[in-house]
Amino acid sequence: MAQQQSAPAAARFLLPSGHAVGAFRLIVSIALTFLGLIAVTFVIGRVVPIDPVLARVGDRALPEVYERVRLEMGLDRPLYEQFWLYLQKILQGDLGTSVITSRPVFEDILHFFPATIELATFATLVGVLIGIPVGVAAAVYQGRLLDHVIRVLALVGYSVPVFWLGLMGLLLFYRHLDWVAGPGRLDIFYDGLVDPVTGLMLIDTALAEEWDIFWNAVSHLVLPTAILGYFSLAYICRMTRSFMIEQLRQEYVTTARVKGLSEFRVVWGHAFGNVMVPLVTVVALSYASLLEGAVLTETVFAWPGLGLYITQSLFNADIDAVLGGTIVVGTAFIGLNLLSDILYRVLDPRTR
Amino acid sequence: MRKLLSCVALAGLMALGTPAMAETPKDTLVIAKNIDDIITLDPAEVFELSGGEMIANIYDRIMTYEPEDTQTLVGGVAESYTVSDDGRTITLKIRPGQKFHSGNPVTAEDVAFSLHRVIKLDKTPAFILSQLGWTADNVESLVKAKDELTAEITITEDYAPTFVLNCLSAGVASVVDKKVVLEHEKNGDLGYEWMKSNSAGSGAFSLKSWKANESVVFEAFADYRHGAPAMKRVIVRHIGEPAAQRLLIEKGDADLVRNLSADQIQGLAGNDKIIVEAYPKADIHYLGMNQKDERLANPKVREAMRWLVDYQGMADSFLRGQFKVHQAFWPSGFFAAYTETPFKLDVEKAKALLAEAGYPDGFEIELDAANTWPWSEVAQSLQATMGQAGVKVSIVPAEQKQVITKYRARNHQVVLLYWSPDYMDPHSNADTFARNPDNSDEAKSKPLAWRNAWDIPDLTKQADAAVRERDAEKRKQMYLDMQAKIQQDSPFIILFQNTEQVARQANVKGFVSGPTFDTVYYRLVTK
Repeated sequence: MAQQQSAPAAARFLLPSGHAVGAFRLIVSIALTFLGLIAVTFVIGRVVPIDPVLARVGDRALPEVYERVRLEMGLDRPLYEQFWLYLQKILQGDLGTSVITSRPVFEDILHFFPATIELATFATLVGVLIGIPVGVAAAVYQGRLLDHVIRVLALVGYSVPVFWLGLMGLLLFYRHLDWVAGPGRLDIFYDGLVDPVTGLMLIDTALAEEWDIFWNAVSHLVLPTAILGYFSLAYICRMTRSFMIEQLRQEYVTTARVKGLSEFRVVWGHAFGNVMVPLVTVVALSYASLLEGAVLTETVFAWPGLGLYITQSLFNADIDAVLGGTIVVGTAFIGLNLLSDILYRVLDPRTR
Repeated sequence: MRKLLSCVALAGLMALGTPAMAETPKDTLVIAKNIDDIITLDPAEVFELSGGEMIANIYDRIMTYEPEDTQTLVGGVAESYTVSDDGRTITLKIRPGQKFHSGNPVTAEDVAFSLHRVIKLDKTPAFILSQLGWTADNVESLVKAKDELTAEITITEDYAPTFVLNCLSAGVASVVDKKVVLEHEKNGDLGYEWMKSNSAGSGAFSLKSWKANESVVFEAFADYRHGAPAMKRVIVRHIGEPAAQRLLIEKGDADLVRNLSADQIQGLAGNDKIIVEAYPKADIHYLGMNQKDERLANPKVREAMRWLVDYQGMADSFLRGQFKVHQAFWPSGFFAAYTETPFKLDVEKAKALLAEAGYPDGFEIELDAANTWPWSEVAQSLQATMGQAGVKVSIVPAEQKQVITKYRARNHQVVLLYWSPDYMDPHSNADTFARNPDNSDEAKSKPLAWRNAWDIPDLTKQADAAVRERDAEKRKQMYLDMQAKIQQDSPFIILFQNTEQVARQANVKGFVSGPTFDTVYYRLVTK
C-alpha cells in the first residue's frame, strides 16, 4: 500500500528525542499520507463500474426512488465536491453508514476489526515463535537435509492457496478427527451470551469468566490461526534464513568462532542480534498485511472480520464502508511502521 | 525447539478437550446459508432474497401462500374479501383473535397503517403497491379501516382482482404492529431506523437478533394463529462458502444447508443421514441480446442464436438437479404458465439462418456474465456451442452488480442473467419482458425490454390489456399468447427455471421452500 514508504520516512523524524520540528513534520507527513490514502480509495470507489445507487436500492426500484437516493447520496455533484464533503464528514468523526449492514461504518469497524485482530495476532505469534527458530536452524544447517526439508515446507506454505488449505484443514481436523470446532468464532449456541467488551473473544469470555465459552472460542481459533500462521511462518522463516546466511558469512562470526565461543552463542548471541533489526520490519509488515484482513481465510471459516467486510463493501460499491475500513487499515499500517522504527532504535545501538 | 513442539502439542490437546457439538438441540433449527445479501429486515424495504425469507417467517401478510400449499393464494391476516362490482374496491375481513408478538391485537387499523407506511416510506419494493394507483397523498383515503376488523382498499385503475390480491401477498403487504412501530418512531420516520433490525409482526416467529454477515436468530411465537411452531428457536447462520456448508451438515452442526452446488449435492449421495430435497423455484435464467447491435437486431440472427444453446446438455450435466429447461418468461407451475420448449441445440439450422442473415462465417460477440457458479459454467457452454456456428463469444466475467450496471446502461451485447417474479402474478414478468412504454435512452423506467432496446408498442398494449382483464380464462390466454410470441422472436433467449436443492438431516422434516424467495417457511419444521 501507498503509505508503506512514507510512514517509516515519517517516523524517522520522531527519533531525535522528540524535537518539536520533528513531531510537526511527523504529523504533517501522517496527515498527507492519510489524505492520499483517502483520495486514492475515494477515486477507486468512484471508478468501480458498479452503480452505487444500485447497491442501495436494488435493480427494481422505481425511477423516482432511484433518483431520490442518487440525490441523497450527493452523486449529482462534481467529484471534487463529493470528496470535500466526505472529508468534512470524516473530520467530524462521521464515517457514514454502510449499505450492507445498515449500521454506521464506525460501529461496523468496532465489530469486525477485533475479529481480525484476534486472528492476525495469534497467526503472527505462530509465525514468529516457529518461523524464526526454524529459519535460523535452516541457515545454520544450510545445504543439508534439515535445510532442504524446511525450505520445501516453507515453499509449500508460500504457494498453496490458503483457501484450499483452509478447507482441507476443516475436512481433516473438524469433520474427520473432531479436534477443533468448525467455521465461525463460537458455536452458534454460545453466540450472544457474552457481552462484547473488547470484541476479542478470548479476552471477553475470560473477563466474564465463562470458561466453557472461552475454550469453545479457542477451539474455533486454533485452525484458522494455524493456517494463517503457517503462511506468516513461511514468509518469516524464509526471510530469517536469508538474513542469517548473510550474517553467518561475515568475518565477525568467524572471529567469534576463532575466539572459541560456543556455536549457540555465535548463532544466537552474535549473528541473530544483527538479524533482529531487519526482522522487526518483516514481522511488522506480515502482521500488518494480516490485519488488512485475510479475505479468503475469513470466507472459508465464516470469520466476520474486516477483510471480508471491505471486500464485500467494494463489490457493493459501498464506498463509505470501503473508505472507513481503509482508514482503519491505513492507521494500523502507519502505527506498526512507527512501532517498528522505534524498535529499530532499541535494537540497533548505531541508530541511537 | 523441543519447548516449542511441546507448546504446539499442548495447544492440540486443549483443542481435543473441547470437541465441537455434534448435534443441534432438539428444539432448535440451525440453517447454514449465505445471508450476506440482507441489508434490512423492514418489510417496507426488504427486496433481497435472504431478507424476503426472513420476513416471511416474522410477519403475516394480508393475503398469503401457506407452507401447506405454496401454490394457492389464501387469506393471511385477512380471513376473507369481497370485490365490488366495478372491481375497484376490495373489502377485507380481518381474522378475529390474532395477536402481534407484543400481545397487541391485530386490527384493520394495523392493516391500513402497514400499507400507508410502505407508500409513505417509498422504498424499492413500494412499486408493488404504488402501481395500484396509491401515492403518499391519496393512500390514506384509498386504504382505510372501516371498523376494528374491516379494512377497505380502493384502486384507481381497472386491474384484475387476482392481480390486486397477488400484490397483497407480497412482502410489502406484511402487517406491522402500528403501536409498537410508532413507539420507535424518530423524526417522523415511521419507525424506519428501528425496523431495519427489529420486528413488530404477528408471524410464526419473532426476530431475536440480526447480525450482518453472522446470523439471524428467531424465537417461536406461542400465540401464532396456527399455533406455536415446534421449533423454539431458529438460527440462520451465515456460511458464505458452500464447501464449508457441506462440512457442517456432514458433521451434524447444521440441520439444513442451502447453498450447495450440484457437484457437492452429488458428493452427499450415499450418506443416509442426509437427505436432499428439491423445491421448484420461479427464477427465470435468460440471455438478453441488445437490439442496438445491428447483428442482433436481425431476426434471423436472433433465431439462429436460439438454436445454438445446449439447453438439455447443460441441464443434464453440470446443472443437474438445480435447473430445468424452460423457454417462456413465466415459470411453470403457476397460473398462465407456458411450458413449450421448441428449441434445442441444432448447429446446422443455425448456420443456415446465419447465412441467410448475411453472416455465413458468423461474427464476434461479447457475453457479460457474473463470475460465479453457475454463470461462468453456462457462459462457457454457450461459448462452445455458439463457436460451432462461427459465433465467437468472448466472455466478460464480472461481479453481478457490475453486469447489471452495464445492462442498465444498455452497453452490453449479450448478457446472461436471471429474473425472479416480485409477486406471483404473470404481470410481474410481463411487465418487464413484454412492456417497454418508452424506448428512448432517457426513459426513466428500465424494464428488461428497454434494457435490450426492444421497441414493442403492440406487445406493450397487449400486456396493459391483460392486467386489466377480469375474466380469468381470457386473461390466461393473453399471457400464453405473449409468452409464445416472445419465445419465437424477441431479444430474450429463455434458458432455465431453477430448483433449490436443500440438504437436511434425516430427522429434520417440514421445511418448505416455495416458488419465490419470500415463500420459505420454518413453521412446520420438526426434529
